[in-house]
Amino acid sequence: MSNDIFVWIEHSENQADSIAWEAMTAADGLAAGTGGAVRAIVAGANTRALAEAALRRGAASVFAADDASLAGFRLEAAGALVAGLITAHTPAAFVAGASLRGLELSAWVAARCGAPLAADVTDLSVAKGAIIALRPTLAGNVVSKVTLPGPGTRVISVRKRLFPAAAETASSGDIVSVPAALAEDAIGTKIVSFEPAAAQIALGDARVVVSGGRAVGGPDGFKPIRDLAEAVGGALGASRAAVDAGWIPYAHQVGQTGKTVQPDLYIACGISGAIQHLAGMKTSKTIVAINKDPEAPIFKYARFGLVGDIFQIVPALAAEFRKKLN
Amino acid sequence: MNIIALVKQTPDTAKLSRTLNGLQLMADGQPRIVNPWDEYALEIALQLKEKHGGKKVTALSLGRPEAVDALRTGLAMGADEAILVSDPGLAGTDTLGTARALAAAIKKIGAVDIIVAGRSAIDGNNAAVPAQVAALLGLPLVSYVAALKTVDAAGRSMTLARALESGRETVTARLPVVITVVKEIAEPRYPSFMGIRKAAKAPVTTWSLKDLGIDPASLVPQMSWEASLPELREVQCEFIPGTPAEQARRAGDKAP
Repeated sequence: MSNDIFVWIEHSENQADSIAWEAMTAADGLAAGTGGAVRAIVAGANTRALAEAALRRGAASVFAADDASLAGFRLEAAGALVAGLITAHTPAAFVAGASLRGLELSAWVAARCGAPLAADVTDLSVAKGAIIALRPTLAGNVVSKVTLPGPGTRVISVRKRLFPAAAETASSGDIVSVPAALAEDAIGTKIVSFEPAAAQIALGDARVVVSGGRAVGGPDGFKPIRDLAEAVGGALGASRAAVDAGWIPYAHQVGQTGKTVQPDLYIACGISGAIQHLAGMKTSKTIVAINKDPEAPIFKYARFGLVGDIFQIVPALAAEFRKKLN
Repeated sequence: MNIIALVKQTPDTAKLSRTLNGLQLMADGQPRIVNPWDEYALEIALQLKEKHGGKKVTALSLGRPEAVDALRTGLAMGADEAILVSDPGLAGTDTLGTARALAAAIKKIGAVDIIVAGRSAIDGNNAAVPAQVAALLGLPLVSYVAALKTVDAAGRSMTLARALESGRETVTARLPVVITVVKEIAEPRYPSFMGIRKAAKAPVTTWSLKDLGIDPASLVPQMSWEASLPELREVQCEFIPGTPAEQARRAGDKAP
């Protein structure tokens, strides 16, 4: 058992995802509490530059597994690698970002190691050796305070955009090469192809989200909403009502059965504010609501409210922001 | 091909309101539903049987005795069998304990080719149990599946498209496999009138921890938790008056 914290460096083709450095910050906070060091785990093919980046972002050392079988993220290959490192070193915690991959990786590793899991946490602290995590449950309507006393490794995934990304420093450390844990034929999946999403800002990473709801009225009604999103450099979201009506693809759905976002600015256009939608966006830093009904529940969560017709206000806002930003 | 659909009974979060908060909704006697994501899992399990040469669909749940209602929904939709893992020793278990009991139940069911689950449950929101079941059974997991492309029962493999944050990944997996599905994959069917009638009379097998050969002491979580209501964010909405153009200009002035 050591006091060290292991952190997973999530990446796409050796480009670190922002969640990797957010997880680094979370790991750093835990290490300060346990009195240990942060050790990063990098898995992939040709990952030297990424391992060096992890050192610059504050890792005391890096376990680097460089193997063709690790080139694309595959749960079994990554999971077996991490589980092996945990079994060999028994860190106080393993931290990953709660991206789709990080969620399944942390769950899988916890099961393999017989370790307790706190998934998708929004806050972390250490008290007398115990790790205390907060996590929203029941569509954000209940907060669960989880205590993981140890001893042994605790497995944690941290929600996106809640921990600041670790800054680059001049720090240095060792890169320790480790072998892949599984041979290719022991891995039950093969990645056939990857089709990147159209060049648009991913909802989960967006600093600004502009969403349309029922009042948008149809697929054409999303044009001004999309235009405002472009004007402010934001991602396009939608309520379930708009998705279910077939006006916009499911990938844009924000809410309980869609994506959870926490941008700095969330502009809700013609969204009444059903609890299911609020579950996906109410932790946004600033919410602006545009709705013709001044009694709409969304205004209870909004910092600014604009009562009126979205088809008049939204284009005017887009023009205003374009003027301001140019 | 034998298919298992994992089904969880959850609180009905649509019933949340200003007079029924999250903690109250979790209490006994409040409305319960089939976890919305699991309806998609049931639908895909049935489609695997109907369109891809599946033989039998078993709906498997873990929960309190009343979770049998969720399984009856599965039967009414068309599942062939339903099994409930229920035991006082499961009260207060974590995702790992749940996964251990489900993995034992899946082993007891025997020959299985595809295990389908929803991508997460709306109450716990861990998105962990399917991955943990896969880890414990030593099976591959293909999560967030948005489309079934091909199922090759003879070649013991299937090809699926996953919806990830950054795009769509096509994966081939060997069977047996655990998959989790997202909403995009299909529209869950409504139970037919005949289905509901049949389901009401159909037997539901219940297995205790003893039936699964599990010592309850082995399921005690290495963690504890307490639930509370989220802090109310004190947001005072500032309404911005005027014509649309004036509203836009004033709103623009508020922007940093």
